[in-house]
Amino acid sequence: MREAETGLRVLIPEAEVYEHNPKRLYITIPRERLTEAAKFLHRDRGMRLAICTGIDTRAGFEVLYHFSEDVTGIMYTLRVLAPKDDPKLESQASWFPAADWIEREMHELLGIDFPGHPNLIPLLTSDTDWDKSKYPLRRDFERRNEAHER
Amino acid sequence: MSEGMRPMSDRRIVPIGPYHPLQEEPEFFKLIVEGETVVDMEINLGYNHRGHEFISPELTYDQIPFLVERICGICSNSHPLATVLAVEEICAIKAPPRGAYIRTIIHELERIHSHLLWVGLAGHFIGYNTVWMWAWRYREHILEVFEMITGNRNHYAANKPGGARRDILPEQVPQILAALDVAEKKTLMLTNAVLDDPVIRARLERVGVLTREQAIAYSVVGPTARASGVDIDVRRDDPHDAYVDLKWNIPVLPEGDVFAKAKVRLLETFESIRIIRECLGRMPDGPIQVRVEEIPPGEGIGHTEAPRGEVFHYLRSDGSNRPLRHKIRAPSYMNIASNVVAVRGGSIADAALTLAAVDPCYCCTERMAAFEDGKLKLTGKDLLRLSWQKTERIRERF
Repeated sequence: MREAETGLRVLIPEAEVYEHNPKRLYITIPRERLTEAAKFLHRDRGMRLAICTGIDTRAGFEVLYHFSEDVTGIMYTLRVLAPKDDPKLESQASWFPAADWIEREMHELLGIDFPGHPNLIPLLTSDTDWDKSKYPLRRDFERRNEAHER
Repeated sequence: MSEGMRPMSDRRIVPIGPYHPLQEEPEFFKLIVEGETVVDMEINLGYNHRGHEFISPELTYDQIPFLVERICGICSNSHPLATVLAVEEICAIKAPPRGAYIRTIIHELERIHSHLLWVGLAGHFIGYNTVWMWAWRYREHILEVFEMITGNRNHYAANKPGGARRDILPEQVPQILAALDVAEKKTLMLTNAVLDDPVIRARLERVGVLTREQAIAYSVVGPTARASGVDIDVRRDDPHDAYVDLKWNIPVLPEGDVFAKAKVRLLETFESIRIIRECLGRMPDGPIQVRVEEIPPGEGIGHTEAPRGEVFHYLRSDGSNRPLRHKIRAPSYMNIASNVVAVRGGSIADAALTLAAVDPCYCCTERMAAFEDGKLKLTGKDLLRLSWQKTERIRERF
């Protein structure tokens, strides 16, 4: 039934698959294999990119690529980790327009770099009066003080 | 303009937005035009960024539905529904049958009122203010139903983790059915009036075409995808609540133009009316909610078909009463990005329509004045005469 899971395991043998329930699969892959896996899910399996989620965790920046297989209703989530001292992930926007905005958003809100992105400018924050060294979705962002200053 | 200042290329910029008296939300569309033809577009957003993803981890799971309800006033049931579905997925629970049916009824009522609102606005954009006033008048019946069963015309606060917040009382059912009958009759009249009108067809057909390949590349959702021949609907593909038991038609059209988008939305309205009738007919008895004791650590995805397409929420819990991360993706986030390809090759006047076709919160009007040798070439009367002549020509065609 889950041919995409089998295909992904063959393509990336080191992938770790966690099944939350039969319709929600979380697949942890090394970040070097991200483009390969995303191309397999979108081009070969016809999946739609629902969105990406970037999370600041102790281990590093965790980025989830939620691919929806609408024919079966299964959500395949690719999980990659970008270490804090080198927060970089290969851009998918160069071949997949659906990833364009969300990569720009993760770039400005979490400070993850996406080399290869055609136009990595801020999407939501202001061009003029936002301090570009501050990333509001990082854990060390000073929430309270920031609110009082403004 | 002096000779030296004349631009080298024929490309000009026509800015639409970010603040415009007719626009409900600020967004900036920078049209790059050659003469009348749009060759490219840049989209700037974030003028009204409210930081919901930032606020949500500071609230408890019971408070979050009220926060996300305020993301959008029109689809104010879809976001809390997606949130509670994500919470329920973390806890591996499901709403009891009656609660699930109530949530489905409110979800579909929302689709009817949202689609009628869009049809009205679409009429307004193309200069048919009669369509606008009628559609909004008939939408009023649905809002009255909302007020009766939830206590509010918008922001219904109908969802909570574990079920629905309020029951639908047996004496309210006949009133809901009566309002649905009115809505169905009037929507049918409106649909026939809109789809048969030769001027509307001439204005909307083959305008702002988004091909199937482009729809897939941009991963667009909802009526925008279904009008481009992509057969997706979260309610059927990954059913939740009462959708598991229900059967209905999903209109899919291959054309990808503005007319197809209007048609898909109008046809969907009838399906929503059908779904609500079926839900009310076979509504199970029993509790409307289960008690959620605690949220275990874990992650959950909640997605549901809002009027504009899939709403996507991701929640991560660390076992406390607040989430660690809450990712929210509204359907317009995917749909508006596809405008860049949909407006290319069209005229400036078509661009405003194309932008409005995926998201009803945007509009723009143009006025015309033609000058020759410093004198006004066409007066108001001349324009009126031209308009009548054009209507005659269109009538002959259809």
